[in-house]
Amino acid sequence: MRHQIRGHAHSPTLLLAVALSFGLPLMAEGGAQAEEPAPVKIGFVTFLTGPAAAPFGIPDHNAAEILVEALNAGTVPAPYHQVGLGGARIDPKFIDETGSAADVVTQFRNLVERDHVDVVVGYVSSGNCLAIAPVAEELKELTVLDICGTTRVFEEKPRHYVFRVNPHATMDNVAAAKYVLDKFKDISIYSGINQNYAWGQDSWRDFRLTMKDLDPKATVDKELFPKLFAGEYGAEISTLLTSNAQFIHSSFYDGDLEAFMYQAAARELPQRIPFVLTAGETSLYRLGPKLADGAIIGARGPHSFFAHDSALNTWFQKVYFDRFHEQPVYPSYDFAQSLFGLKTAWEKAQAKKGGSRPTTEEVIAAFEGISFPTPSTTVQMALGNGHQGISDMAIGTYKFNKAQNKPEIVDIVRYPAECVNPPVGVDSIAWLEGGMKGAKCD
Amino acid sequence: MLTAFAIVTDGLVYAAYLFLVAVGLTLIFGVMKILNVTHGSFYAFGAYGAAIAVGVYFDRGFPAAGGFLLMVLVAMAIGLVLGLIIERGLLRLVYGKDEVVVVLVTYAAFLILEDVIQLIWGANSYALYQPLGATGTVDVGALVLSGYDIGLVAFAGLLAVAASFALKHTRWGRLLTVVIFDREIAAAFGVNVSLVYTITFVIGAMLGALGGAAMAPKIAVTLGIGVEVIVLAFAVVAIGGMGSVEGAFLGALIVGECRAAAVHLVPQIELFVIYAVMALVLVLRPQGLFTRAQPRKI
Repeated sequence: MRHQIRGHAHSPTLLLAVALSFGLPLMAEGGAQAEEPAPVKIGFVTFLTGPAAAPFGIPDHNAAEILVEALNAGTVPAPYHQVGLGGARIDPKFIDETGSAADVVTQFRNLVERDHVDVVVGYVSSGNCLAIAPVAEELKELTVLDICGTTRVFEEKPRHYVFRVNPHATMDNVAAAKYVLDKFKDISIYSGINQNYAWGQDSWRDFRLTMKDLDPKATVDKELFPKLFAGEYGAEISTLLTSNAQFIHSSFYDGDLEAFMYQAAARELPQRIPFVLTAGETSLYRLGPKLADGAIIGARGPHSFFAHDSALNTWFQKVYFDRFHEQPVYPSYDFAQSLFGLKTAWEKAQAKKGGSRPTTEEVIAAFEGISFPTPSTTVQMALGNGHQGISDMAIGTYKFNKAQNKPEIVDIVRYPAECVNPPVGVDSIAWLEGGMKGAKCD
Repeated sequence: MLTAFAIVTDGLVYAAYLFLVAVGLTLIFGVMKILNVTHGSFYAFGAYGAAIAVGVYFDRGFPAAGGFLLMVLVAMAIGLVLGLIIERGLLRLVYGKDEVVVVLVTYAAFLILEDVIQLIWGANSYALYQPLGATGTVDVGALVLSGYDIGLVAFAGLLAVAASFALKHTRWGRLLTVVIFDREIAAAFGVNVSLVYTITFVIGAMLGALGGAAMAPKIAVTLGIGVEVIVLAFAVVAIGGMGSVEGAFLGALIVGECRAAAVHLVPQIELFVIYAVMALVLVLRPQGLFTRAQPRKI
């Protein structure tokens, strides 16, 4: 048998035929494999349906769509010009975040155990981030939390496999309080209306504690926590109308923010008491002239209207607008930051390994504490043992430009990252309760 | 004093919202004994339809009164079409089956319709803010009341009176009452129960869509709005008594006033109070406030 084979192998015609039918395609495949490494499978999770889809999920997904496409084509400007992650194309799998926390955890397990994704990037809801973090640790899955802002993810427990590039909510509220006290003199009383879950409660707590630090004489009048997606806010608006507050703090977003502002505007609440909307930027294009001028607006970072000028930002805004015919809002920027953070860590780990594909542990080691540019600013993975990002922050005042029929932000004030975030090793609540010691605001 | 006035007015507005959402649901349950989860879809379709059609109407500068009429007509049309499709195309096939099966069928239809909404209108939200501006405001001390809210309360009140009158004093209403009391006896006396079912379901669907259309100017019309209302509607219907229009009215009023009082006085229990009221009523009167306990048929 062996002889027969050897005999055949010495036949030039047969050798050519075998080479043509099997050998060359195999060589070609082998050649392609050598040139193109196996793709990096990434599970992207965001709200594709439900009330949070329009303000968060769709801008988040849109950014994912154009960035994955551009990264795989190698068309993103420097320093992100290398194809995919370290030359490996990104193979995305999009999952809907809508559903109970139990559903979201099940989908996460499916991504890891059934689809065998290399990394999971996503999650808008703070409740979902809190539910996912321990499961990511259990499954040893590298997970980059995206838009959620609750401080508890890294402050309740140290995480090894979980990262969050986007700063947490403390920064939004510290900057908002500083801006308010700078803009409105002699504040003595204020109110708040926030959604009744982790995000709303944490936001209000941080804002209230900061106000207590910066202006101890200012007192809280009304504290309202309507349920998420309440829809009807008549009683809340009456309560605020009859309060003595000099301004109203709210971390409302999405349909809740829009419904509340439609109803509040119809009853002249924004005309009587100015609003501080720490996450208001997502709805500015939809609210347009329906939002009264003078509202103080945040974008959970120096995104969108607040973004620093850079070639990366110009490119990002252009490709986003060209594809979707609208400007990217902060959830789009949040996604870009998350993906660029992962890419930076992956390629740093790969370079350290001499160009070979890094393991999860190697990416984690490279991710901890890195600093990298994003379309809007520079992120430093400074908190949570290098797992939680911080950046500078900007706040401004809303003005609708009637001539150009578009929203604008004026009187923008920027705050350094170390001014509005707790120092390394200090939890946000302890920092705020201790009078924000160590803040570097100069 | 102003706070007391605010509690009353806010409670009335919230009650009007709840009644508009719940009245169709309770009507369908009363006649057909179907706990119709699809009602949330009727609400959502009504809101989307109104947001698109009435928004275009106002944008073209037509008179405001016509916009409100269009809002009602759009809701009627959507309710008519959806109601016929669901009742004739789906529920007809499961009449006589176990009540749980029928509930699951309506739940499945609800989930499918949620996706249909996304297929038709996409994931973006829609705003119908013009009617709020067109109806003006009324100042009462520091309180500013929306003209639209006042209209909503008046509309819900009129609807309650009209529904009650129609059920008690018209031939068709009496036929419905007979079917509600005992469908078999009604059929034995020559009442076309199948036709009564179809018409009742379509009217219920129209009322659901009308609730959505009426609320569209106040909310961001977006995915998932039907889910939120169906839970509240069930709570209101359970308090008032399944199948009772008067019960839905009273249930909405109780929940609306209790919630408004909580928001003004003890905001921490705002959500708790709605379901606490429901639990209390169900403990004291498991059949609800307006439904008589009935012996079980064997």
